[in-house]
Amino acid sequence: MRETRPITSAASRSSGPSNELGPLTPSSPIAPSSPPKLFPFLLGLADDRLVLGHRLSEWCGHGPILEEDIALANIALDLVGQATLLLNLAGKIEGKGRSEDALAYFRDGGEFRNLHIVELPKGDYAYTIVRQFLFDVYSYHVLEQLQKGAHRELAGIAAKGFKEVRYHVRHSSEWVVRMGDGTDESHARAQKALDDLWRFTPEMFRPDAVDIEMQEHGIGPDLTALKPQWDGVVREVMGRSTLVMPADSYMIGGGRNGKHTEFLGHMLAEMQIVARSHPGAEW
Amino acid sequence: MWRAAVTKNGCRQSREKVMEKQPAATTDEDLNAAFEARIANGETIEPKDWMPERYRTQLIRMMSQHAHSEIVGMLPEGNWITRAPSLRRKMTLLAKVQDEAGHGLYIYCGAETLGIDRAELVDQLLSGRAKYSSIFNYPTLTWADIGVIGWFVDGAAIVNQTVLAKASYGPYARAMIRICKEENFHKKQGYEIIATLARGTPAQKAMAQDAVNRWWWPSLMMLGPSDTDSPNTAELMRWRVKRKTNDELRQRFIDLTVPQAEAVGLTLPDPDLKLNPETNSYDFGPIDWEEFWAVVKGNGPCNRERLQARRDAHENGRWVREAAEAYASKQQRAAQSPAA
Amino acid sequence: MAEARDAKGRTPAIPGAKPGGNGSAPEGETQWPLWEVFTQKTGGDPHEHAGSVHAADAEMALQNARDVYARRGAVVSIWVVQSNSVTASPSDEAGPFFDPGADKIYRHPQFYKIPRGLKGF
Repeated sequence: MRETRPITSAASRSSGPSNELGPLTPSSPIAPSSPPKLFPFLLGLADDRLVLGHRLSEWCGHGPILEEDIALANIALDLVGQATLLLNLAGKIEGKGRSEDALAYFRDGGEFRNLHIVELPKGDYAYTIVRQFLFDVYSYHVLEQLQKGAHRELAGIAAKGFKEVRYHVRHSSEWVVRMGDGTDESHARAQKALDDLWRFTPEMFRPDAVDIEMQEHGIGPDLTALKPQWDGVVREVMGRSTLVMPADSYMIGGGRNGKHTEFLGHMLAEMQIVARSHPGAEW
Repeated sequence: MWRAAVTKNGCRQSREKVMEKQPAATTDEDLNAAFEARIANGETIEPKDWMPERYRTQLIRMMSQHAHSEIVGMLPEGNWITRAPSLRRKMTLLAKVQDEAGHGLYIYCGAETLGIDRAELVDQLLSGRAKYSSIFNYPTLTWADIGVIGWFVDGAAIVNQTVLAKASYGPYARAMIRICKEENFHKKQGYEIIATLARGTPAQKAMAQDAVNRWWWPSLMMLGPSDTDSPNTAELMRWRVKRKTNDELRQRFIDLTVPQAEAVGLTLPDPDLKLNPETNSYDFGPIDWEEFWAVVKGNGPCNRERLQARRDAHENGRWVREAAEAYASKQQRAAQSPAA
Repeated sequence: MAEARDAKGRTPAIPGAKPGGNGSAPEGETQWPLWEVFTQKTGGDPHEHAGSVHAADAEMALQNARDVYARRGAVVSIWVVQSNSVTASPSDEAGPFFDPGADKIYRHPQFYKIPRGLKGF
């Protein structure tokens, strides 16, 4: 029986750590007093996944074929699940009694710390998949580092998420290849999506004060060091896809500081409407 | 000598060889009699077995309607995934709607064993030639509708599917067994939503009661026209595709649901609903079959929107399906070419 | 659907088969070829037929099978095989094909006698 590749070459090339069963950091204490910026750091991680999971869930019932509809829902579920764990932890770290739902449903756009790339509307399937791929590879490397990080609970959540994102990379990279090297139309759509989305990618690797403090505490990754790894994987998959890597372009980000595109407000208005119409209610 | 002749989309046994071996004396009447005897004997019919053409077409009709209903049924509930009021509800609803896609997939695959392509079945739906359950042509207007759909619509579906799990056609029965197992949580999550709303704020309770009022009668209609108006029932019962009549299923659903409504303090909108001490079943008021047939004929509140949403998904997905196929053939050619 | 049955009204051997050829799909429409999915529940168990998926190639078939048939866990391994690669035994030859195996009682341990009272044989 022929074994297929264990995972997409994108992910398998990286010799991921073997601690998939949980964080191997027994010596790392649960910080009695967490660094002050851990809370916003967790919000950033959570919001990326909540917002992207939400965008993916918009495909449910509208996918290009049944099998893909099911696949996208699985990925959306993984992401919202990761976000839930992260928001729960953030609420505990904050210590003001805010639950994961309070954080998801009762923060305004300016308090969301997600990257711009995840809040953009879902677009066509090429846009959704290319965005997913660019984020998945980023998330893969972030979670890979986080699971080795000094914060035990966060490392545990990251370890679980890392297993999930390994599959996400496999799914999105294989689709990028099929679109890029499929038909003329699929190639054109994928290339356009890549060209449109490229300017949102530098924000991923631009550390702010929160990231720097987390890195100093051994909790968060060195984002600038992740960039070359991300580049390598993306370049390899683009090569197989016959897609052309766009020239690097600069764009003012700001998602991590609550400065968003116009799209997030609409998304949150929809996401939060029921919860906010009945403050204090249980669901 | 029994090496299968292979078609593009599937496998089969060699027809020519089989025909050679067919005893000359075997007539259609003999085959039919043997088939009816197997059915009467409670045997399971498998795809490769001989079956009357009418059994095959009736099964395709019934299974594809069932599959279409799962797929169209994703839409009214999917309408609330982005507005689910808590993360837990968001995930459970997404998982549930995803399950419906899976169940549609299982049943389509079952129907495909009868010699019809999924592409053809999808085309029948999109062109309006095929029917799907009318319940999904009603709108979901509040979050409580999600609870009531799980409770009523999945509740009614489970009553129906539990019986279909014993259907005479193997692939249908097997799909139903898998679906029944998976749908266990669907009704529970719906009822949990409603129970939570019913003990919540006055606004939440009113929302739940309103949803109950709007969905109760369509849910009863969902189990199909009354036996007197169900032309297919007798035949399907004889073939053990159906094992209970529509009216029997409806009664069972009502008997199960009334105590559940009482338990959460909600009122079912039927003044005639009361326990009959003789039958130990609930008597209920007349169903508005005029409305049922109007919705079946395309004049429900959302018929056009539902079909349009499916058509849009299909059209917008065409280039994606083609891309995957084009890539696969390129890879195949490359693998076959010695230069590669 | 006259094209989807043969002269004897026989239906296909296994999923996706069409005695009349593959003529029932509308022109230019593809839902991708059909694959049979086999899942293993835990290491050491045999792979069992779980169902089918549509996919354009093996990698996608594997991913689709994972998403469709392993989304509730309880699967440790999946095989996929394109449906048209499966050869099935003929249904109306089931008698000659299988009955000869049913009367070889000497293949079963119950056929043999051992002295009474002997334990743990």
